[in-house]
Amino acid sequence: MLSCSPTSTHHPHSTSSQHSHPQTQTDRHPSNAPTMASEKSSSDLTLLDFWVSPFGQRVRIALAEKSLPYEYVEEDLLAGKSERLLQSNPVHKKIPVLLHGGKPVNESLIIVQYLDEAFPDTPSLLPSDPYARAQARFWADYVDKKVYDCGSRLWKLKGEPQAQARAEMLEILKTLETELGDKEFFGGEHGFGFVDAAFAPFTPWFMSYEKYGEFKVAEVAPKIAAWAERVGKRESVAKSLYSPDKVYDFIGVLKKMYGIE
Amino acid sequence: MSSPAAVKVIGAFDSPFSHRAEAALRLKGVPYELILEDLRNKSELLLTHNPVHKKVPVLLHGDRPAICESLVIVEYVDEAFQGPLLMPADTLARAAARFWASFMDKECGESMWMALWTDGEAQAAAARETKTNLTLIEGQLPVGKRFFGGDAIGYLDIALGWIAHWMRVFVEISGARLLTEEEHPVLCRWAREYTADETVRQCLPDRDRVIAALTPRKELYISIAKAMAAQR
Repeated sequence: MLSCSPTSTHHPHSTSSQHSHPQTQTDRHPSNAPTMASEKSSSDLTLLDFWVSPFGQRVRIALAEKSLPYEYVEEDLLAGKSERLLQSNPVHKKIPVLLHGGKPVNESLIIVQYLDEAFPDTPSLLPSDPYARAQARFWADYVDKKVYDCGSRLWKLKGEPQAQARAEMLEILKTLETELGDKEFFGGEHGFGFVDAAFAPFTPWFMSYEKYGEFKVAEVAPKIAAWAERVGKRESVAKSLYSPDKVYDFIGVLKKMYGIE
Repeated sequence: MSSPAAVKVIGAFDSPFSHRAEAALRLKGVPYELILEDLRNKSELLLTHNPVHKKVPVLLHGDRPAICESLVIVEYVDEAFQGPLLMPADTLARAAARFWASFMDKECGESMWMALWTDGEAQAAAARETKTNLTLIEGQLPVGKRFFGGDAIGYLDIALGWIAHWMRVFVEISGARLLTEEEHPVLCRWAREYTADETVRQCLPDRDRVIAALTPRKELYISIAKAMAAQR
C-alpha cells in the first residue's frame, strides 16, 4: 500500500474558526499528501474530515468512485473541534460529516449509502438486488464493529489483553478471508462495492497491526492480502489513503498523547 | 417484489432485536414462521445460520443463506417485499433515520444500562447522559405526528421500539427514574402509540411475562453494569 501520487489533487484547507490550531494544515499534513483542486463544488458537497481517518477515507473513496467534486475541509482533531464540526454533528462531534447544500449527513457508512441514493446516476457502491444489499450491509457492519476497535487494542495494550486482541484480529481476518473467498472484490458480481469501500481504508493499518501483533496478513489471510494489493491500485483508493508508514507514525503520535509506552 | 418463498425468523421471545424483524414483516404483511430460541442454550440451527455473531434475529427467506443483524433485516424486508415503505422517501430523511437507529444501538446502550443498574455517582452521571440521549431522540419526532415515521410506523419507530416496551420494563424492575412523563412527555406518548398499534402489539412479548422472566436476572444486570462502570 503506497502513499498516493494521484492524478487529481486536493488541498485540504480548513475553514474552521476559533477552535482549530492555526498551524493545522502544514504541520499535520505529510508532504506527499493527496491534493485536490480546491474548487467550490458544483455538486454542493463539503466533507469535514481528518486526513488519516479510515472512516473519512470511505467517503473520499465513494466520492472518487462517483467522480463527484467536493470541498475537502480538514479538521485537526488533535487540536480540538471546530465550530463548524460541532454545529454539523452536535450529537457525536465526529468526522466524517458530509454537508450537502449545507445539510449534514453523519456516519461514514450512512454517508456512502446517502451518496448512492442522492446521486443515482453515478456508479453505485451497493448492488441493486435486496438480498445482495443485505449481505453487503451485514459485512460492512462487521468491519465497522470489529476492525478499528480490535486494532486499537493491539497497539494500546500489553501482555494478556494484547494477546487477546491479537487472537481476535486473526479471527477477524480469517472471517473476512472466508467471506471474500475467490472473488476479486467483496462486491462479487457487482465489482468494487460497499464492503470494499468500507474495508479498504484499513489496509494501510495492516503493517501496524502486523508489527504490534507479530503476525503477517499474507500468512494468516493470503486472499485478504492479495485483495489489499488489488484495491490499493484502484485510483479512488490510491488517492484517498496514506502510506502504512504514515499510519504507523500517526499511531506513535497517539500513543504519546495517551501516555502509552 | 413479494416472493412465494417461505420466510422464517429465528428469534427469542424477550429480545427487542428479534422484535424488530417481526415488526417489519408484520407491517409489510409478510407471513412468516417464528422459531424461538432459548438464548441460554443456543441451537445448532442458530449457530449454523449465524456463525459470525451467533445472535437472534436471523431471517431465512427461501433457501438462501441467512440474513443477520436486526437493522439489516428491517431494510431487507422493506426492499424485498411489497407493502407500505418503512424507510422515509426523502434521501436526507433516510440518512437521518439510519443515523438515529445507529445512535441508539451504538451510543446509548452503555449509559442506559448503567443508569438502570448502578447506584451512587455512577448512576447519577449515567442517568444524566441517558436523559440527554432521550431528549435528543424525542426531538426527532416530527411535530404533530404520532410516529417517527410520520402518520405511520416506520424504520426508526421499529429501531427505537425497545425504548417503548423494554425500557419501561427495565425501569419498573430497577426502580430508576427514567423515561418519565415529566421529563419526556412526547416520548412517553409515542411509546404508548407504538405499543398499542394493532400490528406491532402482535409481536410484542406480554409485559408481565417479560417482567417475570427478567426480574430474576437483576443481580446479573447489576454486575454487568458495575463492570462497565469500572472500565470507564
